[in-house]
Amino acid sequence: MLEVSGVHTFYGNIEALRGVSVSVEKGQIVSLIGANGAGKTTLLMTICGNPRATRGSIRFEGQDITGQQTYEIVRKGIAQSPEGRRIFPRMSVMENLQMGGVTTDVAHFDKDVEKVFELFPILRNRRSQRGGTLSGGEQQMLAIGRALMSRPRLLLLDEPSLGLAPLVVKQIFDVIQNINRDGVTVLLVEQNAYHALRLAHHAYVMANGRIVLEGAGRELLANEEVRKAYLEGG
Amino acid sequence: MAVSAAEGIDIRPLNLAAMVREASITALVVFALAIGLVGFETLDVPGGVAIRTRFADVAVVMALAFVGRIALILLREHRPRPVLIVAPILTAIMLVLLLSETIFGSESGAALKRFMPFHDPVVLWGVVAVTVILAVRAAYAQTHVSSSLTLEERDARMDRIGAGVQRAARLLGPLLLGAAIVLPFMPFADRRVLDIGVLVLMYVMLGWGLNIVVGLAGLLDLGYVAFYAVGAYSFALLATQFDVSFWVALPFAGLMAGTAGVLLGFPVLRLRGDYLAIVTLGFGEMIRVILLNWYSFTGGPDGVSGIPRPSFFGLAEFSRSVPDGTAFHEMFGLEYASIHRIIFLFYLILAMALVVNVFTMRIRKLPIGRAWEALREDETACRSLGINPRNTKLTAFGIGAMFAGFAGSFFATRQGFISPESFTFIESAVILAIVVLGGFGSQIGVVIAAVVLIGLPEFFRDLQQYRMLAFGMAMVLIMLWRPAGLLAHREPTLRLFGRDKKPETNS
Repeated sequence: MLEVSGVHTFYGNIEALRGVSVSVEKGQIVSLIGANGAGKTTLLMTICGNPRATRGSIRFEGQDITGQQTYEIVRKGIAQSPEGRRIFPRMSVMENLQMGGVTTDVAHFDKDVEKVFELFPILRNRRSQRGGTLSGGEQQMLAIGRALMSRPRLLLLDEPSLGLAPLVVKQIFDVIQNINRDGVTVLLVEQNAYHALRLAHHAYVMANGRIVLEGAGRELLANEEVRKAYLEGG
Repeated sequence: MAVSAAEGIDIRPLNLAAMVREASITALVVFALAIGLVGFETLDVPGGVAIRTRFADVAVVMALAFVGRIALILLREHRPRPVLIVAPILTAIMLVLLLSETIFGSESGAALKRFMPFHDPVVLWGVVAVTVILAVRAAYAQTHVSSSLTLEERDARMDRIGAGVQRAARLLGPLLLGAAIVLPFMPFADRRVLDIGVLVLMYVMLGWGLNIVVGLAGLLDLGYVAFYAVGAYSFALLATQFDVSFWVALPFAGLMAGTAGVLLGFPVLRLRGDYLAIVTLGFGEMIRVILLNWYSFTGGPDGVSGIPRPSFFGLAEFSRSVPDGTAFHEMFGLEYASIHRIIFLFYLILAMALVVNVFTMRIRKLPIGRAWEALREDETACRSLGINPRNTKLTAFGIGAMFAGFAGSFFATRQGFISPESFTFIESAVILAIVVLGGFGSQIGVVIAAVVLIGLPEFFRDLQQYRMLAFGMAMVLIMLWRPAGLLAHREPTLRLFGRDKKPETNS
């Protein structure tokens, strides 16, 4: 479904991605783990066209999307819940969700909102509250819900567990699994390696702008190197 | 020790020396300010300029500042009683002096007048106002447990008031509209009042137009007056060169201004914030300079004169006798009165402004309007949701410019004469001030700000130079108490399912 091959990305003179190849099969959850600064977020952003890849190609459903504008790429059926959530703080929950569905037919709106509320019941109670007044976990739910409003076939999630309490993290990952069961392919970037690998069909480990390891999620979870580096802290 | 009504407030012993020092410093600052501004007055005398000194006034100003500072310190230290005694006495003395001629007759009154510190009645009334405020504050402190609110508490309180006013605005809007509709038929509505009304409404319309660009889309545009100028010149030139009537030229003027907005917006909209502001400022000046120098086309500094007045929807003219056609008063069987035209202009600009308002209210509920607001909040997030930021910004810029163009052609037809002088940067600044003081994005706030900033100074034209002082004072006070604007409270525009309850705090 998504084919990233040999992508190099630069921030000025700094090469953040040094030839990354990642493949996401339809219907899967693919996780991308790695330390700070490994290039995980950069890879997600490059898929979305900001910054652009200087070399290599990115294909989505067979179509080359490498040099396109962000807004064109996301209209093809990719949705992103960006790093740091980036909800609209002064707009209400409902308005945030409406912004998510801005590219789709208005006729679906009520149905899609209902679906988001089923995934995240707490948002229903908060629907007329301003985004900025929500708790961190609720904001993350809103960010994912907003991304789902565009009826994506591929959902890119950037660190959905960032700064959240363990209980909320578990809840979020459960929902991600539900979303995937409904037929949405998920590419998940995470620091929380345990959760990310537990539910991944396939996973990649990144370091210094390169993919250093790949395999099935359970397989990597059992891998000695991965355990040492990302799971057993210290 | 003074017994305050407040309990549990730490009343420190007064440190007289510190008090005198603080008040002296204040007096010194006042001296530094006043010695130049008040101490010397330039006079036109035959053969040049002479300087007259007013050192006595400087001394009085310093003494007043000293006493006033002492009063403020006493209030701060929870000792309002001396202030409560002295301030009313001072007020009374000043009032007696001010009104001496009325009270004692002109002869002894004039004798008393010599004791007045200043000669300008406005300044004297200002002093009276300050003493009254001090007295009221002292009385309040004496009777109330003083609670010094923190900045956040005060902010929250003002926000609640803002939200309350916003809710009241649903009533206030129709109320103001009703007042505007009946205004021309009020007994006090003479030519002057109506002229001020037209002027205020023009700025309301411009404020609402700019609100789309600045308030909703968050694009700080310092060159808005350029589109106003494009609209005005489009209409003026069409009317004088090709004899096109107001009603035909109006949409065209809007179109021209809108096009200018899109053309100017195209290269600059990749900039943000301060940078955008500087570039739009430059473009605004460019348009003015072009108008000034393209003599063969625009008439340069001579402007365009003889711009026709609007007709009554092309059916009748507003003049005593029309050689070939109908006059308005004949059409309705009225006595001829020159005020008919003013009343018509008043309703015309009221209708035009309302069109802008209704348009903005509607479009805020549509995806494009909400996209503007989202763009103001977070451009990156917008892009990742599939919004094309450039096109979205351009529509906001173009639509805002179009409304400025409409207002411009109204301006041209009202004045009958336009020149580049009417479209200087200060106009942009005033329109922006109306939007900012009204609270970004608040429609009723723009109306209130326009009345305060345009209406009041016009109304108090008698006060001459103090007018601008009041303008500045209003700005400073609003920025102190309400830095986000008078009505900076945003109500969600989307209420779904028709049964939206208050947000639940627990869940």
